Amino acid sequence: MSTTLITDTATVFSRELRPVLRDPFSVLFSIVQPLFFLGLFAPLLPDSEGGGSALQWFVPGIIVMSSLFATSSTGSNLLFEIQTGSHERMLVSPLRRPALIIGRALKEIVPVLVQTALIIAATIPFGFRPNPVGAVVGLLVLAVFSVGLGALSYTLALASKNNEWMFWGVQQTLIFPLMLLAGMLLPLDDAPDWLRALSRFNPLSYVVDAERALFNGEFVSATVGGGAAAAVAMAAVGLFVGTRAMRRAVG
Amino acid sequence: MIHTSGLTKHFVVKKKTVEAVRGIDLHVEAGELVALLGPNGAGKSTTLRMLTTLLPPTSGSARVAGFDVVADQREVRGRIGYIGQGNGAGHSQRGRDELISQGRAYGMSVAAARARAAELIASLDLEGVADRVVSSLSGGQRRRLDIAMGLIHAPALLFLDEPSTGLDPQNRANLQEHIRELRAGHGTTIVLTTHYLDEADQLAERVIVVDHGRVIADATPERLKADHAGDRVTLTFDHEADARRGEARALDIAAGARAERTGARVVIEVPGGAQLTPKLLRSLDEANLDVVGVEVVRPTLDDVFLNLTGRSLREADAATPETATTTPQESAA
Repeated sequence: MSTTLITDTATVFSRELRPVLRDPFSVLFSIVQPLFFLGLFAPLLPDSEGGGSALQWFVPGIIVMSSLFATSSTGSNLLFEIQTGSHERMLVSPLRRPALIIGRALKEIVPVLVQTALIIAATIPFGFRPNPVGAVVGLLVLAVFSVGLGALSYTLALASKNNEWMFWGVQQTLIFPLMLLAGMLLPLDDAPDWLRALSRFNPLSYVVDAERALFNGEFVSATVGGGAAAAVAMAAVGLFVGTRAMRRAVG
Repeated sequence: MIHTSGLTKHFVVKKKTVEAVRGIDLHVEAGELVALLGPNGAGKSTTLRMLTTLLPPTSGSARVAGFDVVADQREVRGRIGYIGQGNGAGHSQRGRDELISQGRAYGMSVAAARARAAELIASLDLEGVADRVVSSLSGGQRRRLDIAMGLIHAPALLFLDEPSTGLDPQNRANLQEHIRELRAGHGTTIVLTTHYLDEADQLAERVIVVDHGRVIADATPERLKADHAGDRVTLTFDHEADARRGEARALDIAAGARAERTGARVVIEVPGGAQLTPKLLRSLDEANLDVVGVEVVRPTLDDVFLNLTGRSLREADAATPETATTTPQESAA
């Protein structure tokens, strides 16, 4: 029996997924921080002008935040495998190099789905009312974005190789500006012009805006289109860069 | 099975070129069991990494299992097994799952991979631990799992990089037993690197001595010892005066011998020393020289290395700090 890019990707994907399924606690762990923001920060927000709950605005941002936290740090799993030797073993195998990155990046979708479901379940009792169809479409956009971000995180791991501090240094340095500039915690409507201009260069801004629109039942709009485009662009760039890095990976 | 020509690897570290491997010509036929022996940093692992497609050569070429390691990487990869210095199985995975994934990576069906995994788990004595998380296994168990990973597709050619480093003596013996079985039972061609002299001596049928990125000797362990080192005969006499006369007489009898005397003890290094000793003792007896003790020591591969390079392999090792596998090594120094 011979392999194809698809069977190779499936092999890598299912291998990556196994520890997640066996140890779901690891998925729960990465929503702890977003839950703090929900519990301790959301109450500070005023209700929206129409009288609706502030959660309606805040929760979609937190959903993006939780997948941002989890997905951007996923490269540490590869970093660990580079250090222990299993990555080298896979490089010697006939697995196609793109499959090594695509299979891993696709796996990121699973924790994102689980985390989102948990956050929605946790906020409905407090007044969050997501549009069901919008939530599904919103998840799809977020999944595509996470594939791209996951691929970039793996690329960072390949580049850091034996320097664990470099991986975490870059990840931690980037994650907060990305988060703040996307208007995740506070709206940027009243921000100074330079900050708003800066946020337009942040792909995450478009995704956050699109998620808010979708969860509130807005489907056909420039905001949703922009978010979808940003997610697809992120996935394309991430997989391209990641595949290149994996092809060049030497043991 | 393996044919290289002028295989060379240079690394650039801090703007300095390090010549890790300097033009190695290697020919290994099917069914051979070969050890690359040399101190840390000699270029053994770098050579192995080029042969297994992990590193592209700077120049020169290598054909492994019939295919070029640069042009036909996937063909080579599908035909070889590799057991690296680290653990092939991911630490957060279960051993059996990893074996099945590994089988899938080599194109086996799920059913075939499952059956093969079960077979290897049984033959490598991993039944009790195969369904546990790899990080909870002992060093020896993990090493056996690594071997199983490398054998999943029953490769005709198997590479092992420093397979016994970090193992206790019992696990080392166990590992060597598995390697011998592979050879005897399946005719697998095996190439391993080691800096353990006794391992190369006991295990390999052919030892390739590598130093400073070059092959400096290549023969069976017996041949290497016969060609490059003599037996060591230690004679202990009653008095120092006898020892002095005995030393002179011994040098007369043994052509090409080297002798060294400390007090009443004389150490003679000579090829074929074991065969020479009875004659030597008779001759000393005729001269009324009282020999109170005699010891004959066969040469080791360390003596071979010492005679070839002027340094002991142990010293060469001690002088070189353990380098990370991807870090260029001191060989150019």
